[in-house]
Amino acid sequence: MPELLTSRDTAPPADPDDSSRSHRLWAAIKVPLLAIITALLLSGLLVVVTDTRVYEAFGQSFAAGVRESVRVLLVTYGALFEGSIGNPASMIRALAAWIGGDGSQMSLAFYPLSESLVTATPYILVGLAVALGFRAGMFNIGAEGQYVIGGLASVFVGYSLKGLPTLIHLPLMLLAGVVGGGLWGAIPGLLRATTGAHEVINTIMMNYIAFSLSDWLLNGPMKREGFRPITPEIQPGAVLPSLFPPPIRFHAGFFLALACAALVYWLLFRTTTGFSLRTVGANPHAARYAGINIVGSMVLAMFLSGGLAGLAAATDISGLLRYMPNAFSAGYGFDSIALALLGRSHPVGVVLAALLFGFLRAGASRMQSVARVPVDIISILQAMVIVFIAAPEIIRYIYRLRTDHEAVAREAAL
Amino acid sequence: MSAMRQIARGEAQQKGRGISASTTLIDPQARRRSRTMGILLILIGLAIYLFFVRTSEAGLTTAFGLNPGRQTAAMEVPDLVLPVLPSLYFMAIASICIGVFQLARGWGRAEGSMLGLVALFLTMAFLTWAGKGKSLNLIGILETTLQRATPIALAALSGVLCERSGIVNIAIEGMMLTAAATSALVGSLTHSIWIGLIASLLMAGLLGLLLAVLSVRFKVNQVISGTAINILATGVTSYVSARYMQPNQALNNPGKFPNLPIPLLSRIPVLGPIFFETNILVYLMLFLLVLIHVMLYYTRWGLRTRAIGEHPHAAATLGIDVIRMRYTNVALGGMVAGLGGAFLVLGSVPRFDELMTAGKGFIGLAALIFGKWNPFGAFGASLIFGFTDTLQAKLQILEVPIPSQFMRMLPYLITMVVLAGVVGRAQAPAAEGQPYEKQ
Repeated sequence: MPELLTSRDTAPPADPDDSSRSHRLWAAIKVPLLAIITALLLSGLLVVVTDTRVYEAFGQSFAAGVRESVRVLLVTYGALFEGSIGNPASMIRALAAWIGGDGSQMSLAFYPLSESLVTATPYILVGLAVALGFRAGMFNIGAEGQYVIGGLASVFVGYSLKGLPTLIHLPLMLLAGVVGGGLWGAIPGLLRATTGAHEVINTIMMNYIAFSLSDWLLNGPMKREGFRPITPEIQPGAVLPSLFPPPIRFHAGFFLALACAALVYWLLFRTTTGFSLRTVGANPHAARYAGINIVGSMVLAMFLSGGLAGLAAATDISGLLRYMPNAFSAGYGFDSIALALLGRSHPVGVVLAALLFGFLRAGASRMQSVARVPVDIISILQAMVIVFIAAPEIIRYIYRLRTDHEAVAREAAL
Repeated sequence: MSAMRQIARGEAQQKGRGISASTTLIDPQARRRSRTMGILLILIGLAIYLFFVRTSEAGLTTAFGLNPGRQTAAMEVPDLVLPVLPSLYFMAIASICIGVFQLARGWGRAEGSMLGLVALFLTMAFLTWAGKGKSLNLIGILETTLQRATPIALAALSGVLCERSGIVNIAIEGMMLTAAATSALVGSLTHSIWIGLIASLLMAGLLGLLLAVLSVRFKVNQVISGTAINILATGVTSYVSARYMQPNQALNNPGKFPNLPIPLLSRIPVLGPIFFETNILVYLMLFLLVLIHVMLYYTRWGLRTRAIGEHPHAAATLGIDVIRMRYTNVALGGMVAGLGGAFLVLGSVPRFDELMTAGKGFIGLAALIFGKWNPFGAFGASLIFGFTDTLQAKLQILEVPIPSQFMRMLPYLITMVVLAGVVGRAQAPAAEGQPYEKQ
């Protein structure tokens, strides 16, 4: 099934012709871009029609109603912008003061931006996890469970080993996250490859098993002293270094996530292993005919996919929380699918999509406190984005886009 | 049918489950499976002996209460008092004998019922062991089981309608959630639980139509369109709840369907309090169960539905309008899921909470697979899931030394085992998940 998702957009091949290249780039981002814009417009509409003040204003006069609607929209999206990027005026003021030698305003002005990047970090990793699975023809709907298991494995290494230097402890903890999530993901991969049991169902089942397992561990063997079901704090040696002084939570995990994106790109498009994975994903019959080890490819793809999700948990614990709470995952299972789709299962696309989601999520909390619009509007927006990306005909229809001739030819060839 | 299935299915999937159930020749896979099952049955018997018999003291009894602990129309019956050790020995030995016979001769067609019997022994052994020296209200447990199984069974029946016609429905969870929120909101606004119920069914039916439009008209990958609907439902219900229902609790108080004892039938001891003294939504579920079973296997509509799920092109050449049937069946499936969502509000706690379905739609999907895509199989699986759910609450009261979390994992583990084909084989409709292209 997932071949539908990826075959429409293979990586742009090295093309000497520059104009054709920019044309291809535009063709690749046209639909996602329009999808985001349409979704923003529609959720704005939803915010307006669910606001009682707008109805009161329309009760007075039509013009007042329109004015009120515009005001509500400006407040809402203004809060979203300030919450995700920051107030431009105070950012410029802080920068000027900083150049003048006074850095005291910096952390306050750039706090929203740093929070967005912090939020985007796990998104990059879980998005990559699902995208890698898509490329190999595996539908990993269980990033959430793999995230939980990765978290358990990494936090255990983080707090139980004592007295290790950072140089050994930190990589060990991150590796534990990768292995934990990876093994959890490899089980459905193995089941799919050997028994044909579909990984969509098995990953969902394993999500719930992971939640129960974590509930038990955090209330029993891994619980710290006291009442709350949380693990002990990790050792100082396992902490990902923060790059700025305290109110700013930005940590090195962001760069780790970017490095992973580069690594996934390299693996998928520059190595033989990646070629095998993509071949199995695009056409298992051809892959078998070509002598590719299908069982091995499926298990490897799911291991790497789960490993990336586990790494997301490890960076969250190591860079932010320092311990693992019981309700750990924050809807990464579904978000990661949205990310992979929006990023068209390409590492660069996934990073961009994750940044967008990070900005939206981080900004939404300010939107809730200032404009009193519930944060859940972001989920609605995400769902619309998925629908538009998965059914590009809707976007083409709304904007009267001419169907791409190449795309038509390619789809006809399918 | 077998040959067509093999052609229709991808080679990668064929491995392990491509052989039709109607194969009469002794194929090595079926033999391996029946051997695995025999070993499993013996292992269950040994487990009863090792874990339960060995840890029980002689002379204890377990009293199973057979009367509900409330005012009821049913006739009183004396408690069932079982001596712990002899009962456990009996169940362990019986399980082992059934397993040995399976290995030696094979139960043939009775395989399924024997597996069910041994599963019953295992649960009874567990209950006898867990309640040793105490009394356990069996009716109370079974009553709660049916209540907890109802939304799961409705989700699974929704899955039967959709998947039998070839559409994977991951969105059951979202449909239930939307229906739950709608029933609470509309029920409170109109002060009528009936209008609330109807509105929630319509809303879930609309989501079913959306799924159908995306997967049939736009040929979107069905898992993706289902995921999108789930995210949408989560977002919209939480948004509406945060914006309207939490600030104003009067909008989240729809009232509840009362218990409606059925005359005469509710007087039957044991069965009466469980099945015939509950609310109308549970009766509706039982009615739908029978209706869907009869419709699916004994009517023209059912034959056509099964045909478009197995081989839509063959069905189309016989003049069946595949696309239209998929639309109606998925919309109907949405409404059935919606009934499950409405039950969560109007049939139990009469209020909506964010994310209150808590995975019941996905458990329903598991029940569907466990029940091999059959209505009654799915219902049986739902009862098992409802039972483990009930038990893990009871276990804490009984102070049984098993963490309740492990009980909660059980249904998911069983589903994975069934799906992997270790015990029996779960055979999905052949054309499931594939968009239909007219030729």
